Amino acid sequence: MTNLDTTVADLGLPPARDRRPAERGPGRRRSRRYSLVAPSSALAHAGRFGAKAAGPALAVTYLSLLVLLPVAALITNAFSGGWHAFWAAVTQPEAVAALELTLAASAIVAVINSVAGLAIAFVLVRDDFKGKAIVSAVIDLPFALPTIVAGLTLLALYGASSPFHVDLAGTRLGIGAALLFVTLPFCVRSVQPVLAELDAEVEDAASSLGATRRQVFRRVLLPSVLPAVLAGAGLAFARAVGEFGSVVLISGNLPFKTEVASSWIFSLSQSDALPAASAVSIVLVVISLLVLLGIGWARRRFDVPETV
Amino acid sequence: MHTRSIHRSTPGARSGPSRRALGRGLGLASLASLAAAPLALLALPTAAGAQTGGSVSLVAYSTPKPAYTVLAQDFAKTKGGTGVTVSPSFGPSGTQATSVVDGLPADVVNFSLEPDLAKLVKAGLVSSSWDKGATKGMVTDSIVSFIVRPGNPKHITTWADLVKPGVGVITPNVFSSGSAKWNIMAAYGAEIHLGKTPAQAQTYLSQLLHNAVAQPSSASAALQTFLSGQGDVLLDYEDDALYAKSKGEAVDIITPPQTILIENPIAVTKTASSPAKAFVSYLLSPAGQKVWGQQGYRPVLPSVASQFHFPQPKTLFTIGSLGGWTTVNTKFFDPQTGIVAHVEQSLGVSTASG
Repeated sequence: MTNLDTTVADLGLPPARDRRPAERGPGRRRSRRYSLVAPSSALAHAGRFGAKAAGPALAVTYLSLLVLLPVAALITNAFSGGWHAFWAAVTQPEAVAALELTLAASAIVAVINSVAGLAIAFVLVRDDFKGKAIVSAVIDLPFALPTIVAGLTLLALYGASSPFHVDLAGTRLGIGAALLFVTLPFCVRSVQPVLAELDAEVEDAASSLGATRRQVFRRVLLPSVLPAVLAGAGLAFARAVGEFGSVVLISGNLPFKTEVASSWIFSLSQSDALPAASAVSIVLVVISLLVLLGIGWARRRFDVPETV
Repeated sequence: MHTRSIHRSTPGARSGPSRRALGRGLGLASLASLAAAPLALLALPTAAGAQTGGSVSLVAYSTPKPAYTVLAQDFAKTKGGTGVTVSPSFGPSGTQATSVVDGLPADVVNFSLEPDLAKLVKAGLVSSSWDKGATKGMVTDSIVSFIVRPGNPKHITTWADLVKPGVGVITPNVFSSGSAKWNIMAAYGAEIHLGKTPAQAQTYLSQLLHNAVAQPSSASAALQTFLSGQGDVLLDYEDDALYAKSKGEAVDIITPPQTILIENPIAVTKTASSPAKAFVSYLLSPAGQKVWGQQGYRPVLPSVASQFHFPQPKTLFTIGSLGGWTTVNTKFFDPQTGIVAHVEQSLGVSTASG
């Protein structure tokens, strides 16, 4: 909770956690109003129903069926040819090139969309304008659109016969465009509810007390939304790493140039090289897991309860 | 209070064991789920495998989808096809074959190339004598053609034209597309039949892939990419090219002087119903072959083929003349050790820095 308790008095002073005792008082009550935490009554409600035993059991059961079991099968498959075959598959030059491209593109896209997503969420929460509901609905379209349709659409817009004369077909920029498109909703939707919970009056108060716009952003807004931004970035990265349909058409799928890992994996699976396909997938899964764990660690460092 | 709350919060838990597991907490519950999951997965194919009378499950590669719409209607008008419904499934040839091996119900299978059918023979789902019929197990023929822009502005007529500087070639990725394998073997075989050595033919493949501006994951993705304006020439099945043209796409079809005869295998599975056998007999009959011809495929029955006027290339060779699919598939298309993998790698190393 601490950095949500950022009050007007905190501005220009050392970070909140260093002055915890001073928070007891009127400031604390006021801070409640823009708490990020879901209404605590909901949690209490769940607790009353014995969630302590049944909740985790159900969650783990469900998780086992849907996620852990397939991952276990994947690992078994990947190592079915032994460690040597696994290593040969993941160090094959074409695989390495595809993995490097995919991870780099996904990281760049996650960073860009985190900034853009924050800006869009801010506009949607704080500004009132005609057609806001429509704009808000449009953001989710990449979720709803089958990715292969997204790929066809992007190819029509940014391909060789682009109406804007922007030909990204067969380039790495094309891959970036496709990934930006499919991952934007994660970055907006992670941040938006958190921003909505924040009280704009606090920012106004900060400004009226002489804080510059930059100070308001850095000391009031950013600490509160950063965990959500990071969560969005993590989701966007994970999605981008595994993305296939929207990318393959515009990328041209040229080995060593624009071939993404998911496409190489698909090729391996089509060539009866399932262990190799699984091996390369394992690398993607492990790296994604490490990135998500890293983001989780970073979020905890900000000392904020889970918000998304 | 505690027990009741568990029941209320888990309305879905009906069976005794899982309810007990929940009661004992996390450890047992996760164990139970791990044990139950494989059982649930096993149950799926069994339930779906049940046969209904008068129905044929067709599992085929993507390209003949429009043809099968017409063929199924026509089959229903025949004596053996009255009241029979054909339920088709279309997808990439390799994926379809793998799906059938993994339990997708199939009475009739039709793939782009023989190795996919061999997967089913190996799995014991199709008799090893599937290729002993009059047409040697093949239902349609086709050739590898060049699709170019209207008026052929780059004057592409021969294989040598494809490797000229500035010519953008589109051919699908060989590791994910059966169509691409036909293309590569057409290119390789053309060089061999022009009197080149295997080493020279391999150099040609390198030059060809160097000119590739896209290697989409499937034949249909390749066609989409070409129609979007990318590239100067697309290597494609002749039937697919004819279909695109019949749909009004602005393309020209060039028949190269040397090309490969594409042969698409068909078979009934060991568990196939009698309507399935009737369906395949129809597809191989003069009536069925005529419909195939009208749909852009070269009929496998000479008597029917002579009714159509498909362009005749100077040299038409078969995969058999290059060693047959079993040999070729490993030698060229193994994703780790095949010739194409080596060609891509040497191209990639020289271009990745650029």
